[in-house]
Amino acid sequence: MNNQKRHMGLKASARISNTIIYVLLVVISVVWLIPFICIVLQSFRVENTWQVGYVIPQKWGWDNYIALWNSDFKRRYLNTFIIALVTAALQTVFVLCMSYTLSRFRFKLRAGLMRFMLILGMFPGMLTMIILYRVLKDLGLTQANAVPGLILVYVASSAMGYYVSKGFFDTIPKSLDEAARVDGATRAQVLWKIILPLAKPIVIYTILTAFMGPWGDFVFARYVSFGTSSGMNVAVGMYNWLNLDQIGQRYTMFCAGGVVVAIPVTILFMCLQRYYVEGVTGGAVKG
Amino acid sequence: MAPTAFLQRGFHMKKYSDLEYLRLSKGQKFAYRLASFFGGIPQALLGLLLGIGRFFKKIGQGIGGEVADLVLTFKNGDWKTRISYLVMGFGSMARGQILRGLLFLLFEAVFIFYMIFAGGHWLSMLPSLGKIGPHEEYNPVLDAYTTVYGDNSFKILLYGVLTIFFIIALIFTWRVNIKQNKISEQILRSGKKLKSGKDDLRSLVDDQFHKTLLALPLTGILIFTVLPIVFMILVAFTNYDGTHDGYNNSLFSWVGLDNFRTMLSWSGSGVNYSATFGEILTWTLIWAFFATFTNYFLGMFVAMMINKKGIRLKKAWRTILVLTIAIPQFISLLYVSKMFAKNGIVNGILMDLGWIKTAIDFWGSTAHSGLLARVMVIVINIWIGIPYLMLIATGILMNIPQDLYESSRIDGANAWQQFSKITLPYMLFITGPYLLTSFTGNMNNFNVIYLLTGGAPTNAAASGAAGSVGFTDLLITWLFKITTGPDSQYYLASVVGILVFVVVAVISLIVYNVLPSIKNEEDFQ
Repeated sequence: MNNQKRHMGLKASARISNTIIYVLLVVISVVWLIPFICIVLQSFRVENTWQVGYVIPQKWGWDNYIALWNSDFKRRYLNTFIIALVTAALQTVFVLCMSYTLSRFRFKLRAGLMRFMLILGMFPGMLTMIILYRVLKDLGLTQANAVPGLILVYVASSAMGYYVSKGFFDTIPKSLDEAARVDGATRAQVLWKIILPLAKPIVIYTILTAFMGPWGDFVFARYVSFGTSSGMNVAVGMYNWLNLDQIGQRYTMFCAGGVVVAIPVTILFMCLQRYYVEGVTGGAVKG
Repeated sequence: MAPTAFLQRGFHMKKYSDLEYLRLSKGQKFAYRLASFFGGIPQALLGLLLGIGRFFKKIGQGIGGEVADLVLTFKNGDWKTRISYLVMGFGSMARGQILRGLLFLLFEAVFIFYMIFAGGHWLSMLPSLGKIGPHEEYNPVLDAYTTVYGDNSFKILLYGVLTIFFIIALIFTWRVNIKQNKISEQILRSGKKLKSGKDDLRSLVDDQFHKTLLALPLTGILIFTVLPIVFMILVAFTNYDGTHDGYNNSLFSWVGLDNFRTMLSWSGSGVNYSATFGEILTWTLIWAFFATFTNYFLGMFVAMMINKKGIRLKKAWRTILVLTIAIPQFISLLYVSKMFAKNGIVNGILMDLGWIKTAIDFWGSTAHSGLLARVMVIVINIWIGIPYLMLIATGILMNIPQDLYESSRIDGANAWQQFSKITLPYMLFITGPYLLTSFTGNMNNFNVIYLLTGGAPTNAAASGAAGSVGFTDLLITWLFKITTGPDSQYYLASVVGILVFVVVAVISLIVYNVLPSIKNEEDFQ
C-alpha cells in the first residue's frame, strides 16, 4: 500500500517535471526560430523597403526576390557557390592528408609539427590579412579575380584544422592497416582501399564544414574584392546593404537574400546532419 | 575526480593527504582546491620558464651534435662524400642514385641562381628596408618635375623573409645530402645494394608515403600562414602605416622596440595606449569567460532536458536548434543586430504592447560603461552557441555509463546529487580541452562582436586611441579597427596581435599545466 503510494507520487512528480520541460522546450524553440520566421516574413513585405517595427507584412509579394534577381546578387551568389564548391573539394583533400598522416605515421618531426601548428593557431588570423591581401594583389588575384584568390587562401592553410578528423582516424583500429600491409598492400593502397571507405562519415563532415565556411566569410572577402562588385561574395554584398546609406532601400532585399542563401545550405545541412553531429561530438571529446 | 593531482601541486601551502582531504568540510574543500589552483600558477610559470630553457639547451646540443657529425663524416668519408659538401648530390650520382642526386643538384642550382639574380638584392636591402624613397625628379621629355618611385619597403621585407626561408631550406637540404652520403657509405660497406630511382619513387607511396601526403598541406601552411605571421611580427618593429606605406608616399624602416614602448608605457605622450589596451583586455577576458561558460552550462542543461527519459519528439527539438547552425552566421547575426536596433522589431513590438514609451537604444547606450550592450552580446551569443553545446553534450551524456546512475539511485541520490556528483564531473573531465579552446576561441571571436555591434557604443575615454574604441570591442576587433582606421597603423595592429598571442599562449600553458583532467586524460576512462 505504502509502496504503491510512493510509486504514484514518483509518477506525479515525473509528470510535473516533464510538463515543465515541455514548456521550456517550446519557449526555447520559439526563441530560436523567431529571427528566422521574421526574416522570411519580411522578405515578402512590399509596402516599403526600410526597417519597420512590425513583423507581419501589410502587403505581400515577390518584389524583393525580383529586385534581387535584377541586382548583382546573382553574380555574387554564383561566385560564392563556386568558391564553396572548389574549397570543399580541395580543403577536404588537404585536411584528410594531414590528419591521416598524423594519425597513422610515426615520423621524426611529428610531435614537433603538431606543437608548431598549435602555436601557429594561437596567432589571431586577422593579423595575416593585410599581407595576404598584398600578396594576392601582386599575383593579380584581387578585385575582379577575387574568386581564385579567395579559394587559394581558404585552402592553403586549411590543413591546420586537422583535429576532428585525426580524432576519427585514431578510432579506426591499426590492425586493419597491418593486416593489409602483410598482404602486400602499399601505404597508399591501404589509405585508398581500406581506410577511406571506413572514413565516410568524417569525409562528409569535412566536406560539409568546408562547404559552409565560405558562405559566411566577409572580412577577408571584403578586403580582396575591394569594392569591385563582380568579385564580391554574398556576405560582402549583403553586409553593404545594411550600411547606413543603403539600409533604407535594401533592408527587405537583405531579408530575401538571406532566405535565398540559407535555403541550399540548410537543406544540405539537414540531409547530412547525422555526420555533422558525429564530427562535432567526436571532435570535442578528443579535444 | 581525483583531487590528488591538485594536492601534488600547490606552492606555499600545507598539503593534505587524501584522507585528510576527505575529512574537510565542503567549504574547506572548495577553498583548498581554489588555493591549490592559484598556488599552482607560479609553479606552472616556473615550469614554463624551465621548459623554455631546456628547449634552447636542447637546440644548442642538437646543433653541436650536427656540427660534430659533419666534421666526422668529412674526415671519414671517401672523395665522393667530400665533393658532396660543395656539389650537392654528387655522391648520390656517383654511387648510381641518379634521381636523388639530380634533385639535390637541381635544388642547389635553383638556389644559386635565385640568390644571384634576386635573393642577394633583397637580403642586402633587409637591414635598411630601402634607401631611395619616392622623390621628385626632372623629366626632360615632359619638361616638368615628376614623382619617381624608388625602393619598395614592403617587397623588401616580404622577399627578404622569403629569402631567409630559402636559405634555411638549403641548409637543411645540404645537411640531408651529407647524411645521405654517410648512410650510403655504410650500406655499401656492409655489402648491400643501394635503392634505385625506381625504389625511391615506389617508397613515396609506401614507406615514405607521409612525405607525399604532407608536401602540399605543409607548403600551403608555410606560405600562407608561417610567412605572413613572421612578416607581421617583424612589422611590429617597423613604422609601417598609412603614411609610410613603403612605396607610394614614403619608405618605412626599423624602429626597434618603440612600438611596444608606446603600447605598454603608462604615460605615453598624447594617447594613453596602455590604459586602452588594459581596458579592452579586461573586457575581452570577461567576455570570453561568460561566452564560454554560459553556453557550456546552458547547452548542457538543454541537452539534459531533451535527453530526459519520457520526453518525446527528441529528434524534433534537436533539429530546431541545429537548424540555427546551418544558417550562415553573418545573416543571423546581422539580422538579430537590426532586430534590436532603435527602430527595429523588438522596440516596435514593445512599444505596441505599451511596455515602453521610448525606444531602448540597445547598441548605443553608454550608461554604466555600455553595460546594456555588453549584456546583450553575451545573451545573443548564448543564442548562437547553445545548439553546438547541446550537440556536444548530448554525445557525451549518452556515453556516461548508465549503471552509475542506477547504483546512485539505489543509494538514495536525488537528481541534483546525480548531476553534481556524476554528470558534471564527467562532462568537465571529458571536455576540459574543449573548454580551453573554446575560451581562447571566444577571445578572438571577431564575428559575433563585429556583426552585432561593430564595437559600439563608443567609449569616449578610449576613443583617442587609434580607431574609435567601443565598449564591446575585443582586442581582435580593435586590431581590425586599427588597420582599417584612418591612419592604418599596421605596426600598432601587429603589436596588438603579438600581445593577443602572448595572452592566449600564457592562458593555455597555465591551464595545461594546472588542470589534471587535461594532463591525465586517460585517468577517467
